[in-house]
Amino acid sequence: MTEPVLAVSGLRAYYRTAAFGIEREVRAVDDISLSIAANEIYGLAGESSSGKTTLIKTIANAIQPPLQVLAGSVVFNFHGQRVDIHGIAPSELAAIRWKHLSYVMQGSMNVLNPVRRVRHSFADFAFRHIGQPMPQFLDTVRNHLQRLHLASDVLDAFPHQLSGGMRQRVTIALATVCRPEFIIADEPTTALDVVVQKGVLAMIHEIQRELGSSILFVTHDMSVHANLADRLGIMYAGRLVEEGRTADVFRAPLHPYTAHLIASLPRLGDSAPKKGLEGAPPNLASPPPGCRFHPRCPRATEICRRETPPMAWLAEGHRAACFHPTSEPAT
Amino acid sequence: MSPPLLEVSDVVRTYASGGAFSRRRVTAVDGVSLRLDAERPEIFTIVGESGSGKTTLARMVLGMVTPSAGTIRFQGTDLATIRGKRARLAFMKQVQPIFQNPFEAFNPMKRVDRYLFATARRMAGLAGDKDITEAADRALKSVGLSLAEIRGRFPHELSGGQLQRVAIARALISRPALLVADEPVSMIDASLRASIVNLLRDLRDRLGVAIIYITHDLATAYYISDRILIMRRGSAVESGDARSVLDNPQHPYSQLLKSSVLSPDVPATAGARLRSEPETHEGVIPHA
Amino acid sequence: MGRTILHLLRFNRQFATGVALLAVVAGFSCLSFFSPYPPNDSFVVPPDVPPSWDYPMGTTSRGQDLFWLLSFAIRNTLLFGIVVAVLSRILALAIGLAAGYSGGLLDRALMSLNDTFIVIPLFPILVLFYFVMREHMSWGLLALMMACLGWAYDARLIRSVAMSLRTREFTETGIFSGMSTRQILVEEHLPYVLPIVFSTTMNNINWSIGLEVTLSVLGFTNINTPTIGVLIYWANQHTALVAGIWWWIFFPVLLVVMTFIGLFLLAVSMNEYIDPRSRLGRTGG
Repeated sequence: MTEPVLAVSGLRAYYRTAAFGIEREVRAVDDISLSIAANEIYGLAGESSSGKTTLIKTIANAIQPPLQVLAGSVVFNFHGQRVDIHGIAPSELAAIRWKHLSYVMQGSMNVLNPVRRVRHSFADFAFRHIGQPMPQFLDTVRNHLQRLHLASDVLDAFPHQLSGGMRQRVTIALATVCRPEFIIADEPTTALDVVVQKGVLAMIHEIQRELGSSILFVTHDMSVHANLADRLGIMYAGRLVEEGRTADVFRAPLHPYTAHLIASLPRLGDSAPKKGLEGAPPNLASPPPGCRFHPRCPRATEICRRETPPMAWLAEGHRAACFHPTSEPAT
Repeated sequence: MSPPLLEVSDVVRTYASGGAFSRRRVTAVDGVSLRLDAERPEIFTIVGESGSGKTTLARMVLGMVTPSAGTIRFQGTDLATIRGKRARLAFMKQVQPIFQNPFEAFNPMKRVDRYLFATARRMAGLAGDKDITEAADRALKSVGLSLAEIRGRFPHELSGGQLQRVAIARALISRPALLVADEPVSMIDASLRASIVNLLRDLRDRLGVAIIYITHDLATAYYISDRILIMRRGSAVESGDARSVLDNPQHPYSQLLKSSVLSPDVPATAGARLRSEPETHEGVIPHA
Repeated sequence: MGRTILHLLRFNRQFATGVALLAVVAGFSCLSFFSPYPPNDSFVVPPDVPPSWDYPMGTTSRGQDLFWLLSFAIRNTLLFGIVVAVLSRILALAIGLAAGYSGGLLDRALMSLNDTFIVIPLFPILVLFYFVMREHMSWGLLALMMACLGWAYDARLIRSVAMSLRTREFTETGIFSGMSTRQILVEEHLPYVLPIVFSTTMNNINWSIGLEVTLSVLGFTNINTPTIGVLIYWANQHTALVAGIWWWIFFPVLLVVMTFIGLFLLAVSMNEYIDPRSRLGRTGG
C-alpha cells in the first residue's frame, strides 16, 4: 500500500487568549487523525464552529497566535519526499508552497491582486517554481488555461473585469498551474450562484482527474460532497466523528449526527416533511464532557456523558466515533 | 370581496450608477407584478440568483425603498401614500421583516429581549411589565423557545438557529398579516435549517400569516412554497404553483436553474452529474 | 468594569502612567481648596524667593506663594478644558448623529455648516473676540466660544460612524420594532459612537488648554483669574526669565505638560479597550 499524501496524527490545535484578565481556550481541533491517499478527493464536512477552518490552517501551517499546535503531526509525502510541515524551516516551506501544496480560497478577490492584471498574479505565485524564462512561462500558463477551457485573454484582464465565476476559475487555474500533489479547497463555490457553481465544480473534478492530485475539499454543503468527494469526513465540535467512502456515509451513516444531517437535507422534488436537529453546536471554549454530541443525541446514554468515544472501524473503510452507532440506512 | 393582501403592479426600481454626473442607470427591478390573497394565507416564494432583484423587491414591499415606477398596495392602500409616523407604524404592525443574517439583525452589544419588549410596547401597544413579558413569552413559545431561555442574553450567546427564531418571534408580536423573509436560512447551519423552514410552514397553517419567502435555494423552495416566482436580472421569468413550476419548468432559465441544482444523492460514478452540462460561456466584461 | 480597570492598571504601563500623572495633577488642583491665601492677593509673602522648605515652589515677583497659586491655576485650567470639551462634545454628537442618520437635505445643510466652521482660523477669531469684548471678557464666555469652534472636526467623524450604522440591519430591526429615532440613536448607535467621542475628548481637552495657554500668555484673556497661561503671562510681564526667577515659568509648564501627557496616554491606552470589535472579542463573540 502506497504511503498517503497526507497523514494527520493526533492533531490538537487550540486558540489561547488572555486579554484583560479573561483567559479562554478554544479547542478548535481536538485529537484528529486522518489520511488522504494520492489521486483522491477528500471532502471535509462540518457546520459553523466545527473547527474545519482551523484544521486546514493547521494542515497548511498557516498558524498565527493565538492559534497554537499543542500535539500531533502533519506529514506530507510528495512523490517520496516526506515533509513534516511543522518541522521545516520557513524557506523550505516557501519552496513547497504552490509547487507541491496549493490552495483555493472562498473569495477569489482574496487571491488575485485587484490592482494588477491577472498575469501578474500568475507570475507572483508560480514563476519561481516553474523555473522558465518569462516568455516560456507565459506560454505554459496559456496552455494550462486552454486545457481548462479558459480563454487566454483573461491574463490581460483586471480581476474586476471578470465575473465572479470566471474569477474563481482563474483562481483554480492559478492553484493548479504548478501541478501540485495536494490542493486545499476552502469553500471555493459557496459564494457563487447555483448555475456558476456547477461549472466550477465540474472544472475542479476534471482538473483533479487529469493531474492526479489529491484535494482536501472543505464545505458545509453536503450536496457538493455527494457529487464530488471520493471519501468524506464529518467534523463536529472540533472532532472527526465519521469518515468513509461518500456513498457509504450517505447511504448508511453510522454516527447519529451524520444520520440526522443527511435526513434533514431538502431535495428538489421531495416535499415529505423533514425533521431538524434540536439544540445547537457547542461552544468550543467550554465543550460538554465525553462525547460532544451527547446533549443533542437521541441515543445518548450514561457512558456518552462521561467518556469520549474513540474512532473505530465499524465497517469496511468506514469509521465513526460513537458508542451507539446507527445501523439503519438513512431514509 | 376584500382587497388583496398585497398587490404589486409593474414595479420598477432603477439606480444611478457611477459618479454624480453619470447618466448610467442600473435597473434592479424591471416591471414585476404579484398578488397575494387576503383570504388564503400562503407562502409565496421569490427565487433568483444574485443580481436578480429579489432583495430590492422585498425591500420595496417592506416600504424601505420606494419604487421608481409602478405601485404597491397593501390591503388596498398605496404604500406611497403612507406618510407620517402614525401611518408608518400602522403599516409596520402588519408587515414585518426577517433578515438573512440573524447576527446582523440584532445589535451585538445589546440584549436580544430588548427588541421583543420594544415591539410589544410600541407595535402591540401594550403597557405594564406583566403584559409585555407575557406577550414576549407567548411569541417565543410559538417558535419553540421561551422567555426564560432568552432573557438577558446577548446575540453571541445564542446559535444562528436560535437567534433567527428570536427574530421570527419578534416579528410575530404585533400579529402581522405578512412576513417578508429575505433568505432566512441561508446563513444557518444545514442541521438547523429544517426546523426554521418547518416553523415558517407552521406559522402559515396555525397563525394564518402570509409569508413572502426569498431564496436562491430551490430545494427549500420546493419544500414549503405554495406559489413561486422566478426572477432573473430584475424581470419575472416564470411563476405559478410551486410544485408544477419546479417539477416541470417551462422557461429555459428555469430549466437551467433546476438542472444546476445538485441533489444530496451520491451518483453511481463520482462526478457523473458534473459533466452533463455544457459550459456556460462567461467572457471578459468590458470595463464600464 | 472594575476588574478590567484593575487589569489595565496592572498590565498596561501606558494606562498606569497616564492615571498616575493625572492623579497627581488632579490631586494638586484639589489642594487649592486648602490654600491659606486667596488667589488674587499679592505681596502676602516675600517676593522672588527660590524653591525652599518654606516655599516648595518658590514665590513670584508679586509676592505670591507659587505652590498655592499654581494649585488654583491648574484647577481653573482643568475646569476650563473640561467645560469646553463637554460643551463641544454635545454639539458634535447632536450635529454628527443628526446629519449621519437622516442623510439628504439635513445632512447637506449641516455639513456645509460644518465645513465653514472647520476652515475658520481659530486664533485670529479668538483674538478679535477679545478685542471686541475686552472688559466683559469672562472665562465662561471664552469657554462657550471655544466650544462653538471646536465641534466641527469631531462631528464629521461621528457622522461617518452614524452613516455606516444607519445601513446596518439591526437599525432596521429597531425601526420595525417601533423604536423612535431618538431611541435608536441613543440606545443603539451611541455605544458605537462613544469610543470616538472618548478619544476625541482627550484631544479636545489638550487642544483647549493649549489654546487657552497661548491666548493667556499673550494677554488676550481675562488676566485676573489665575490659570496656567495667565501665570506665565505675569511671569513674562515681570521678565522672570531674564531676572532669574526660573521657577515661575518652570512649575506651571511642568504641570501642564504632565496633564497633556497623562491625557494622551489615557486616550491611547484605552482606545484598544473601548473599540467595540475588541469588546465583542473579549465577551466571547
